[in-house]
Amino acid sequence: MKLTKTALIGLGIAGALGASPVLAADQYVGMPSYRVGPYAAGGSGIFGGMIDYFQMINARDGGVNGVKLTWEECETEYNNARGVECYERMKKNGPTGNTVFHPLSTGITYSVIDRATADRIPVISVGYGRTDASDGRVFPYIFPLITNYWSQNTVKIKFIGMKEGGMDKLKGKKIVNLYHDSAYGKETIPVLDVQAKMYGFTVTHLAVAHPGNEQQSQWLQIRQIKPDWVILRGWGVMNPTALKTAAKVGFPRNKVLGVWWSGAEEDVIPAGSAATGYIAAGFNVSGTNYPVMKDIQKYVVAKGKSNMEDKSRVGSAYYNRGVVHGILTVEAIRNAQEKFGKGKSITGEQMRWGIENLDLDDKKIKALGATGFLPPLHVSCSNHEGSGLVKFQRWDGKQWKVITDWIQSDQKIVRPMVEESAAKYAKEKGLKLRDCSKEG
Amino acid sequence: MNFFFEVLIGGLLSGVMYALVALGFVLIYKASGVFNFAQGAMVFFAALTFVSIMELGVPFWPAFALALASMVVLAVVTERVVLRPLVNQPQITLFMATIGLGFLIEGLAQGMWGAAVHGLEIGIVDEPIAWTMDNWGIGVSTFDLFAAGVSAVLVTVLAVFFNKTRVGRALRAVADDHQAALAIGIPLQSIWRIVWAVAGFVALVAGVMWGARNGVQFALTFVALKALPVLIIGGFESVAGAIVGGLIIGASEKIGEVYVGPLVGGGIEGWFAYMVALLFLLVRPEGLFGEKHIDRV
Repeated sequence: MKLTKTALIGLGIAGALGASPVLAADQYVGMPSYRVGPYAAGGSGIFGGMIDYFQMINARDGGVNGVKLTWEECETEYNNARGVECYERMKKNGPTGNTVFHPLSTGITYSVIDRATADRIPVISVGYGRTDASDGRVFPYIFPLITNYWSQNTVKIKFIGMKEGGMDKLKGKKIVNLYHDSAYGKETIPVLDVQAKMYGFTVTHLAVAHPGNEQQSQWLQIRQIKPDWVILRGWGVMNPTALKTAAKVGFPRNKVLGVWWSGAEEDVIPAGSAATGYIAAGFNVSGTNYPVMKDIQKYVVAKGKSNMEDKSRVGSAYYNRGVVHGILTVEAIRNAQEKFGKGKSITGEQMRWGIENLDLDDKKIKALGATGFLPPLHVSCSNHEGSGLVKFQRWDGKQWKVITDWIQSDQKIVRPMVEESAAKYAKEKGLKLRDCSKEG
Repeated sequence: MNFFFEVLIGGLLSGVMYALVALGFVLIYKASGVFNFAQGAMVFFAALTFVSIMELGVPFWPAFALALASMVVLAVVTERVVLRPLVNQPQITLFMATIGLGFLIEGLAQGMWGAAVHGLEIGIVDEPIAWTMDNWGIGVSTFDLFAAGVSAVLVTVLAVFFNKTRVGRALRAVADDHQAALAIGIPLQSIWRIVWAVAGFVALVAGVMWGARNGVQFALTFVALKALPVLIIGGFESVAGAIVGGLIIGASEKIGEVYVGPLVGGGIEGWFAYMVALLFLLVRPEGLFGEKHIDRV
């Protein structure tokens, strides 16, 4: 595990002065990162972006109201057992224990739900994890922030409707859902089935066995089905393989619509020209032309302090997603400090309040230099998702180009499904629903 | 019917890609009786080294030569550090050593070149040939045909090497009995270095082909999983068996996925190949081309 740079510098200066190390208040974030293994591109990009954002806040603002951010990495290799081990290893570190846990893995998220709730450490799973945890009455410490998988899927169908000339034009259309044969991949099957009934399209679910480096049979079936659109729900090597095989069977890539875990540079570059025209959803965008990114360039990258080994990845989809993780974490800490005391280290329980009362409207997002970079967000006791907005990007062969504004998800479909699923979980676990009217 | 033949041909050509990886296993098993669990890691190491050197601005063939040189160095170091101390140890010990070696090579590759995903273009398009589409209504990929050609060349070269050269015969002698081979003056250490270097070459070719198809990334290590049922069917000691096994596995898993998959929820390719291999094991445990061992009691 890496010790944080801040802590090391502090100890070093104190040691040099021959005094006992008196550290200013700091806020510790334990990071279960993965920088090796099959999903290292995602892990290194997202944790790299989050760390660079933390570094920028420390360098530019002196931390959050003077409280320096510190962090520690623990390698999970995207493995559930290691994720739990890292959680346990880091939960008591720092002056107030681990402030927040970012599993960056749906599997690890599921594995730590009970522990984190018992330990009162909030878990943030931005755009992944357990969808029904959006119901904060059942999952007080779990926050699938911004947009969960079901919301995202309703936006995808909306996008297809827009492209076809209206939602009524979906009747009779054929959609194939090509998914990674895992819990993550299967997560959107129920919502797609509900939407198919509602709008009159047919949906065929085709599974791809892990890791997805062979998809000839699925794409030959797709050619037989002759769908109007293919929804790609891949991860890792499954994504470029899907695009390459689509080209091999002659399926147009501008009719392939990917989830955000299929929408990074690492998913399209290996596919070469086969990826041109492919469209992916996103709750964040690529690029460096945002004030927040310019500050990271100025205070971190230009000074040679970036966590990224490959500086060309600064501004990539994964890196920027990490910056979004950083923004959400820092703003929740700031929010908690407003209530529990500025300039003090907050506890996990206080952080939970900070996240649950996070309100990032357009004005605040503009002040953060992130207009258009992430959507507005309003989290509450009952709504741990907070947004439900999605943008779409198209790969032009060299870079992602944003092709829509934020599109609102269909909460009329999603919310009842979330509440039904969460209520079932609560019943199984014997949990009593929180009364949000009494929460302050 | 066209669709069936398209699935079949696609499967056979995919099987050739599996056979490319399986060949590396066969070489080492044939020459040393060791099942090299590190072969998948070697494919990853070779491809990552090759593409990283190319990204430094080195042209294709010099980069290939440099990557090959790195595989030779890896072979020499493996022989010196891992194999030599384990001469005459039970085969299970050598097998366990290759498991450790696999993890070491994976870490070494990522430590040297990073864990980023790389695209690799070798100038062969992975698109259907217009002529076969127009005349037969069957899509056959140019890239897959090229891979089949590469495999054919590789198999021919290896068959000649094993059967017609002194080194090849020495390799087979070592595989039969380490001590007997040493007793008649065959230099065991040199033989192991040679065979691991040749397996490194095969890993490089397989890595370049798979890398060009799906990108050079850690998932290359998983292609070894596809090679195992191929070996069970073809036999661990037969170069030709690797190809035949690859064709059987490729065709059966594709036909299984398309025609059986929808009945059981799909995504069966991963285990279907192993099920076919298991059925072969029941009927012919040594594989189609494997040597039948008879022990006298």
